[in-house]
Amino acid sequence: MSRESALVTADWVEANLNDPKIVLVEVDEDVEAYDKGHIPGAVKLDWKKDLQDGVRHDFVSKEKLEALLSSKGIANDDTLVFYGGNNNWFAAYAYWYLKYYGHDNLRLLDGGRKKWELDSRELTTDVADRPATTYTAKDADTSIRAYRDEVIEAIGVKNLIDVRSPDEFAGRLLAPAHVPQEAAQIGGHIPTAGNVPWSKAANDDGTFKSDDELKALYADAGLDDAKDTIAYCRIGERSSHTWFVLKEILGHDNVKNYDGSWTEYGSLRGVPVALGDEPGVA
Amino acid sequence: MCGAIKGGPSLEGVDVQNQAVIQGVVTRDGQPVGNAYVRLLDRTGEFTAEVPTSATGQFRFFAGPGDWTLRTLAPKSVSVDNAVTAATGVVAEVAVAV
Repeated sequence: MSRESALVTADWVEANLNDPKIVLVEVDEDVEAYDKGHIPGAVKLDWKKDLQDGVRHDFVSKEKLEALLSSKGIANDDTLVFYGGNNNWFAAYAYWYLKYYGHDNLRLLDGGRKKWELDSRELTTDVADRPATTYTAKDADTSIRAYRDEVIEAIGVKNLIDVRSPDEFAGRLLAPAHVPQEAAQIGGHIPTAGNVPWSKAANDDGTFKSDDELKALYADAGLDDAKDTIAYCRIGERSSHTWFVLKEILGHDNVKNYDGSWTEYGSLRGVPVALGDEPGVA
Repeated sequence: MCGAIKGGPSLEGVDVQNQAVIQGVVTRDGQPVGNAYVRLLDRTGEFTAEVPTSATGQFRFFAGPGDWTLRTLAPKSVSVDNAVTAATGVVAEVAVAV
């Protein structure tokens, strides 16, 4: 993968708005954002209602995903262009998730909704009318998803990247500062994890930094190219952003997203936890 | 959830005594700016959170005690920085003009 095969610009999206085989998909944390205005032709995926199981603490099954995408009028050979608010966190999460279920043509709109809005480009409240399809998902690609046992075994062995803010990494905050600081889990990070906040990979307008800047960022952080890498955050969407950078833009081979992330790890009994700004020891 | 809610989340049901709230309104020529983005930077200048403003230009963060910087981006404006100090149990109000 590379920047050219994974990212599209706002200009490219504008030039291709009328192509029926290119489907814009908005995924937001603020699930009302789409309804107040979205890129013409875009369909909405609700990251919570549509993409989470609702009973089990997991995202939806292959069968539910097939029903969802069929109802949204998305076909297997469509090119899906994801975008959303919060610098594409949830759009990157949905991209990762569709990759997990084997969709071939996936793109992310560089800069997401913020860049589109800051450019004062067109938004509409008209909802796209796409006839239903029969979507078939592939079997899950487990090479891009990490579970907790693998994460514990990776301590001191693989590259662990904690992409939360430095204050969350150190245990001074339990959640990003736009939500109340109330959570069941304890604060801190997985020992030996390096802290490379997702935001270091993005410019202020939400677009990704250049390949050279991104390579330097992870090299300076001590990422060992010879090792497999697992990224995590709090609930797995910011780490999807970093997974996207490492796997889809820079083309690293073995990069997994630990979507259980700190809400799971920080609630486990008996696992090692490090506090403070340093990675800590295995 | 990790997500941003326009204008920041509601204070309803939140025990503000245990929170270090930073909130305010973004205006241009005295009028609220509803399509701005406010980001919260920590004492080292690192990104900590970001919210889009509400239709009435409002934003809110739940920070920790200490010194923070608000960086506001709005269409057709250069970004604006405002320093703010937060403390637990206190709501710090910031007026941002772009």
